[in-house]
Amino acid sequence: MRPVAIEAYAAALARVGNPSSLHTAGRAARALVEESRERIAAALGARPSEIIFTSGGTEADNLAIKGGHWARVGADPARRRLVVSGIEHHAVLDPVEHLVETGSAQVSWLEPDRCGHVAPDDLARVLDELGSEVSLVSVIWANNEVGTVQPIAELAEIAHAHGIPMHSDAVQAVGHLPLEFAASGLDLMTVTAHKLGGPVGVGALVAGRQVALVPLAHGGGQERQVRSGTLDAAGVHAFAVALDLAVAERDVEAKRLVALRDRLVEGAMGLGLGITVSGCWRPGDVEERVPGNAHLLVPGTDGDSLLYLLDAAGVEVSTGSACQAGVPRPSHVLLAMGYSEREARGALRLSLGHPSTDADVDAFLAALPGVVERARRAARRS
Amino acid sequence: MRVVAAMSGGVDSAVAAARMLDAGHEVVGVHLALSRSAATLRESARGCCTLEDAGDARRVADRLGVPFYVWDLADRFATDVVEDFVAEYAAGRTPNPCLRCNEKIKFAALLDKALALGFDAVATGHYARIVEGPGGERELHRGVDPAKDQSYVLGVLDADQLAHAFFPLGDLTKDEVRAEAAARGFAVAKKPDSHDICFIPDGDTRGFLTRALGERPGEVVSTDGEVLGRHTGTYGFTIGQRRGLGLDRGSLDGRPRYVVGIDARAHRVVIGTADLLGIEDIVGVDARWCGAVPAGELEVGAQVRAHGEEVPATALVLADGRVRVRLAQRVRGVAPGQAVVLYDGTRVVGSATITQEY
Repeated sequence: MRPVAIEAYAAALARVGNPSSLHTAGRAARALVEESRERIAAALGARPSEIIFTSGGTEADNLAIKGGHWARVGADPARRRLVVSGIEHHAVLDPVEHLVETGSAQVSWLEPDRCGHVAPDDLARVLDELGSEVSLVSVIWANNEVGTVQPIAELAEIAHAHGIPMHSDAVQAVGHLPLEFAASGLDLMTVTAHKLGGPVGVGALVAGRQVALVPLAHGGGQERQVRSGTLDAAGVHAFAVALDLAVAERDVEAKRLVALRDRLVEGAMGLGLGITVSGCWRPGDVEERVPGNAHLLVPGTDGDSLLYLLDAAGVEVSTGSACQAGVPRPSHVLLAMGYSEREARGALRLSLGHPSTDADVDAFLAALPGVVERARRAARRS
Repeated sequence: MRVVAAMSGGVDSAVAAARMLDAGHEVVGVHLALSRSAATLRESARGCCTLEDAGDARRVADRLGVPFYVWDLADRFATDVVEDFVAEYAAGRTPNPCLRCNEKIKFAALLDKALALGFDAVATGHYARIVEGPGGERELHRGVDPAKDQSYVLGVLDADQLAHAFFPLGDLTKDEVRAEAAARGFAVAKKPDSHDICFIPDGDTRGFLTRALGERPGEVVSTDGEVLGRHTGTYGFTIGQRRGLGLDRGSLDGRPRYVVGIDARAHRVVIGTADLLGIEDIVGVDARWCGAVPAGELEVGAQVRAHGEEVPATALVLADGRVRVRLAQRVRGVAPGQAVVLYDGTRVVGSATITQEY
C-alpha cells in the first residue's frame, strides 16, 4: 500500500461515522464517500453516479456477471447466453460456470490466440449467429497472468451493434494503462483498490446508468439499490487517494517498468536455458502488454520448484494458479492460449511494480541459472 | 542441515517439524497433495489432502515461521500406492499401503525431489528412532512408545533412505507429543488421530475395492470343498478374518470359523477353524535390508502385521534373495501381502513381503 494511502486510511478511520446515518458524524462520513466517489469517477473517466462501491474485484465481477445476466434474462427471457473469453480471472470464470451449472445460462467462449488476444472478428462471428440470445459479453481488459491487453473499444462496439452490454474486468489495467470508461464504450467495468496501492477490501463496479443489475445482496439499498451494506468510508477514501496517485504517475512509471521488464525478459532469454516469454512482448511496447508484467516459460521445470528455489534466493514470484489447498495447477490462461499442460507447468509470473528496481532484476537474473538447473533435476526425479 | 519437514496437518508431524527447527536445522514445511481429485480437497473432512489438513499444516508452519509449500505427488501416489493396493487385493493378498507410501512416496518421490532441490533430508512424525551404529551407519529402531511404534511401516527403508531420514518423535510417547503441541500453542494439539487408510476416508475398504474392481463373485468353501456360501469378490476378505463372512451357518461343529485361504484366480474363499490359521514357516519376497544383506541364519524377532506381537524366529536369506523365516511359535493371521519385519532387539534388520509360495 502506498504510504500516502495508508495515512489517508488511518486518518479517516479515526474520524468517520456511518455514512448511512443522518447525524453529524454520519454526514461527515457521507461527504468523504461522495468526495471520494467524485475523485474516482474523474480518474476513471466516468460519472460519479456510475461508481458502485464493492468489497473488491471479485464482488464487482460477480455483480456484473450474475447481476447483469439476471437483469437481462428478466427483461428478455430469450437472452440466456453469456459470451466470455477463455482467459478471464476466476472472479469472472467461476460465476459464469456457476450460472451454466445451475441451468441459468449458456456460454460461448472466445478462445484467444497464442499471444492471448481475443479477436474482434471472433466476437462478431459469434454474435452474428447467436446475438439475439446473448445477455452479456465479458472480456478482461488486461490479463492478470500474461498481461495481454485486449481491444476493448473495438469489442464493445461489436457488442453494442447487437444491443448487448459489455463488461470488462479492468483490475490489472487501472493505474497501469490509459483508461477512460466513457471512451471505452463499456457498460460495466471492474476495478479494485489494492492493485494500485490502495487498501484490500474495497473496489467498485463502474456501471453505466443505462445498465440494469439484479443485486447479489439485499438490505439497506445503498449504492443505487444494487449493493446494500454500510460503506467503508475510510477504505473508499484511501482508494481515491491511491488511484489519483497511480494515475498521476502512470506514464512515467509505465516507461520505467517497461525498461525493467524488457531487461528482465531479454536477460532471461539470453541465458541459453531455452526460456521463452509468453503473451505479447515487443521491446519498448507500452500498449499491448501491462508494463510491469513478465511471464516466462522455463521448459522442463515445475513452477512449484521454481517458486521455492527463487524464494530461497530472495526473489518473490508467482507460478500461475493454485487450488485452495495450495496445489499448483497448470494455468487455464496458458491452456486457453494453446500451450500444453507440460509447457504450462514451468510458468513463472513476475510482477514489477512501484518498489521494483534494477537491482531486483539483476538479483533475479543472477539466481536464475542455478535455480533452473536444480528445478530441472527435481523434475526429472519426480 | 536443510530439511523438508513433511507436514500432514496432524499433531505428530507438527511437533516433528518444531523439533527439527529447535535442533538448529533449516526447515521448510511441505504438505503432500496426494489426492488426484480436486473435489476431495473440498468435500472430505479427512483423507490424504483435505483442505482442512493443508490449512492446519500451513498454520503450524506460520507459527514456526518456516516457509511452507504444497507439493503435488498425486500421480505418483495413485500409481505406486493406490493402484498397487487394488492390484494386491485383486491378487488375493492383503497389502499395507502406509508401508508402500513410506517406501515409494515419502522416502522416494518426496526425498528425491527434496535432494534435487538442495535439501539434505526429510523429517516425518513417525514414531521410530534412528540410532547411529558402531560403524557410524544409521540404524532404524522401534519408537519408545510401544502403543505408537511405527518401525513396522518403515521397515522397508534401505540404508540410503535412512541416511536422509529424521524421526524426531522416536523418544516420545503420544501423550508427550500432544502435551508438547499444546505447550507450543499448536491448534492441532487435540486433533484426533487418523486411523483409516487415507485414500478411503469413509473407512469402507470393501466398497472402495468394489468400485475399483467390480464384482467378482465366487464361492465360499470349507477346507473339504463344501460350498458354504457365495461372495461378491475375494478382495473383501483377509486371512484370519472372522466377521462379515456372510454365511448362514454360525459355526463349524460349534467352533468359530475364519478365512484360512484366498484363491483369487478361482474366486474362492476358504473357511476353516482357528487351528488352521497357525503358521510357523514364512517365505518373504522383495526383501529390503536396513544395512548389508545378512549372511547365514539370524536369530531375530519377527512381526507379521502392524501392531502385531513380535515373536522369536530364525531367518535365512536364500540364494534367490527370498527370506525364509521360522517362527518359534505358531502365529495366527499371517496374510500374504503383509510385511514380515525382522528385529534384533529394538533394531530393524530388514523386511520382506509375505508370499504364499512356500
